[in-house]
Amino acid sequence: MDVTDRSDDAGLARALADDLDAAFERLVRDQVDRLYSIALRLTGDRRDAEEIAQDALVRAYRALSTYDAERITALRLRPWLTTICLNAARNRRRRQADRQPPVSLSVVAVDPDAGPLVDAGAGPEAAATAASERDRWAALLGQLPRRYREPVILRHVDELSYLEMAEVLGRSEGTLRAQVHRGLAMLRAAWEAAERTEAIA
Amino acid sequence: MNGHPHPTGATSVALETVESALHDLRAKAPPRLADRALVEVGLADGLERFDSPIGRLVVAWNGRGVAMVDLDGDGTAIAERHRRLTGRPLVDDARMPARLRRAIERRLAGDRRATVPLDLRGRAPFEAAVWRKALDIPRGEVRPYGWIAAEIGRPRAVRAVGSALGRNPVPLVVPCHRVVRTDGSIGQYSLGGPTMKRRVLSAEGLDLEGLERLAASGTRYLGSDTTRIYCHPTCHHARRISDAHRMTFRNADAARRAGYRACRVCRPAVAA
Repeated sequence: MDVTDRSDDAGLARALADDLDAAFERLVRDQVDRLYSIALRLTGDRRDAEEIAQDALVRAYRALSTYDAERITALRLRPWLTTICLNAARNRRRRQADRQPPVSLSVVAVDPDAGPLVDAGAGPEAAATAASERDRWAALLGQLPRRYREPVILRHVDELSYLEMAEVLGRSEGTLRAQVHRGLAMLRAAWEAAERTEAIA
Repeated sequence: MNGHPHPTGATSVALETVESALHDLRAKAPPRLADRALVEVGLADGLERFDSPIGRLVVAWNGRGVAMVDLDGDGTAIAERHRRLTGRPLVDDARMPARLRRAIERRLAGDRRATVPLDLRGRAPFEAAVWRKALDIPRGEVRPYGWIAAEIGRPRAVRAVGSALGRNPVPLVVPCHRVVRTDGSIGQYSLGGPTMKRRVLSAEGLDLEGLERLAASGTRYLGSDTTRIYCHPTCHHARRISDAHRMTFRNADAARRAGYRACRVCRPAVAA
């Protein structure tokens, strides 16, 4: 089941087809948080995520400016932008790999985006716990092998449908369902393992 | 954690808990991200400050190029003028690429070979042609309006050239200050009037008094009786002519009648 409303996207696609420059800002405002979130959870680095999301939006604009109205109207914006975002992230990873030796996971496994999603009524102690739990989930997600991490992020951080994910990742829906399930199980196991380690310590 | 005791002593976590934890990993993008994307594609502009011989400048720019240059001052007035000129919003927090900054600095220092992309969307092709042509005038030299008109193939459009230069949205970056009236007097300047124009030209090493003396005496061109070539008075070839060999001409016809040919560097306007 899809929880996100896609009817707005069709309207936005029509507006972009009608006048790209007038409508593009709406696309940016609509999509910037989800592209940033996807990039942040893929890379675990706030600065990388910012550059990837910006790069994705710029690539999207440049592509749209070469498409005719019919092609723009037919676009499913969400999966289309997600594909561009993943490509931007891959390109960046490749460039960084060319430049520097790989960084160990323990270095990147700290969520730089800690804190904001806390109930307004909660006290500072609850806030600290919530923030640190969020950090720990983010770190575990960052350690998930990429073939599970990508579908888990697209399905559960971003809430793409399996149909949309199949379009983005080029895998069958069945494969993606299995990978998401496996990814969640691995996350749960990793969380429980960490809890046990803590209980012993 | 909504788990229950586990045989091993640790808690067991429901998959729903994992899903909801993942859902909470959505993040809000920093506000500058959207702004920077819009600037990069040219749907919004950033502002950047530069030093110049006539004081601090503001430069409005985006991913397509420089869109406006103005004297720094009242922020509201600048934003208002920018909006009127471009129709785009200004955003804070845009980062000008270092390469563009260096290119603008070089251009402001008089290096016309520094590549500064310009965003002249919405401007008339005639205006853009006038502004581009002004870039051919080297630092420390000037050319008359009529020269631009002839060079862009519109020899009769001298007045239109003058008003196009007055509307130059990117003064100093496009050196419209190096274009003077056909009679050799300095003429108007959009960026703070004739006084500012004199200041910029002096800072570029132009001998203003010398130029005005020549203009007052009716001289439009200088020639050398050894090369038999005539030039604009500020052309670097003209400045190399020694006093003994310097000839003065009131117009191009007079020079041609005397058997002189036009300099191939400063290209005195044939129609003038």
